[in-house]
Amino acid sequence: MATELGTRVVGTPPGLSLGRGMRAFLLLLWFAARGDALYFHIGETEKKCFIEEIPDETMVIGNYRTQLYDKQREEYQPATPGLGMFVEVKDPEDKVILARQYGSEGRFTFTSHTPGEHQICLHSNSTKFSLFAGGMLRVHLDIQVGEHANDYAEIAAKDKLSELQLRVRQLVEQVEQIQKEQNYQRWREERFRQTSESTNQRVLWWSILQTLILVAIGVWQMRHLKSFFEAKKLV
Amino acid sequence: MMPGSAPLPRRAAAAGRWGCRLLPLLWGLLLLLSGPSGASEITFELPDNAKQCFYEDITQGTKCTLEFQVITGGHYDVDCRLEDPDGQVLYKEMKKQYDSFTFTASRNGTYKFCFSNEFSTFTHKTVYFDFQVGEDPPLFPSENRVSALTQMESACVSIHEALKSVIDYQTHFRLREAQGRSRAEDLNTRVAYWSVGEALILLVVSIGQVFLLKSFFSDKRTTTTRVGS
Repeated sequence: MATELGTRVVGTPPGLSLGRGMRAFLLLLWFAARGDALYFHIGETEKKCFIEEIPDETMVIGNYRTQLYDKQREEYQPATPGLGMFVEVKDPEDKVILARQYGSEGRFTFTSHTPGEHQICLHSNSTKFSLFAGGMLRVHLDIQVGEHANDYAEIAAKDKLSELQLRVRQLVEQVEQIQKEQNYQRWREERFRQTSESTNQRVLWWSILQTLILVAIGVWQMRHLKSFFEAKKLV
Repeated sequence: MMPGSAPLPRRAAAAGRWGCRLLPLLWGLLLLLSGPSGASEITFELPDNAKQCFYEDITQGTKCTLEFQVITGGHYDVDCRLEDPDGQVLYKEMKKQYDSFTFTASRNGTYKFCFSNEFSTFTHKTVYFDFQVGEDPPLFPSENRVSALTQMESACVSIHEALKSVIDYQTHFRLREAQGRSRAEDLNTRVAYWSVGEALILLVVSIGQVFLLKSFFSDKRTTTTRVGS
């Protein structure tokens, strides 16, 4: 079952194909604009994991961009093309649904098929320990879930929607997301209730068992000691 | 016919010819010019004795909000610290379970915020944070229109804002429920281990008592005569 969707192609309407250069330029522009996203530092062999608790049939798009510290210029430069990041996504049952290596800049997409905690792990594929030169790799990361992952410009172009229609479409997507989340919430609440009831049962059984053990032990102790003292002719 | 729908046929034709090429370009350009905006919502694992920092470049005058909550682990608390580009601490709290902090960027530069679990020796924590910078990017690149929005469009905008706050409340509810469920599962396993442990201790202690008592009376013969007389 093809659950891994790989890189998502920048949307082009049918009948009009953008040149490769144009597409690359757009992607660069997109990254330059989004490049000011949150970033963090990651060590050479370090693995950073992020958790997304999502309902089923939800699309998640992650974008990352890496920069390596250049000692000569004393600033962060875009990483060499050979340096890539390995992205691994696990579903709530710990089954791997995406395990791919991307370049120094990448975009990964997956759609959840079971509700729950999905784990997205990133680590660099560098094998040479001296590559980072004692520094760290700077990773710009942006994860969009559900409705935020929709590319409205693409949808408007593809379905030829007017402004008002696009706004209504956005509202519909939002409401669908709310509905999915509430459905998931009902399932989780049921699990929570089951755990609480199990705890309740365990405590109840334990108290009954404890009383029985105490009584039985007490009776055994007295009988044993009585027979012991009778044998010793003390009683 | 709705007001504001007149430019539609013209736009459709333009979209057919140029829009497909220019529209995403315009969108990208607008994003580039307007500076960083939007929100980053991340849930990550913070191992024990670890510190995790995040950085973001913010332009002056942007209103930002940092909100965090600890979902699982230990006493569900974490240290948080937010610094401006000069290193001045804007927000610092130790062992907080959840909090929300709003500030306006006083200068351009890289703002840094860190979560620390260094006070904990063996529990690793799961922390959720939501860092909102400025406003969300508008839906349309041509948002520089001078004419006001139509009634329908402004109704759509207000519904969108209301739904955004619904989603926000849902997220908070989900986090609270996750925290409650984590505590309930901890309690469940603790009760299981404790009941088995206590049963064993009870048996060992009571049987041990009896044999210890027996040993007091077994080897010393002199005590029996003393008790007898």
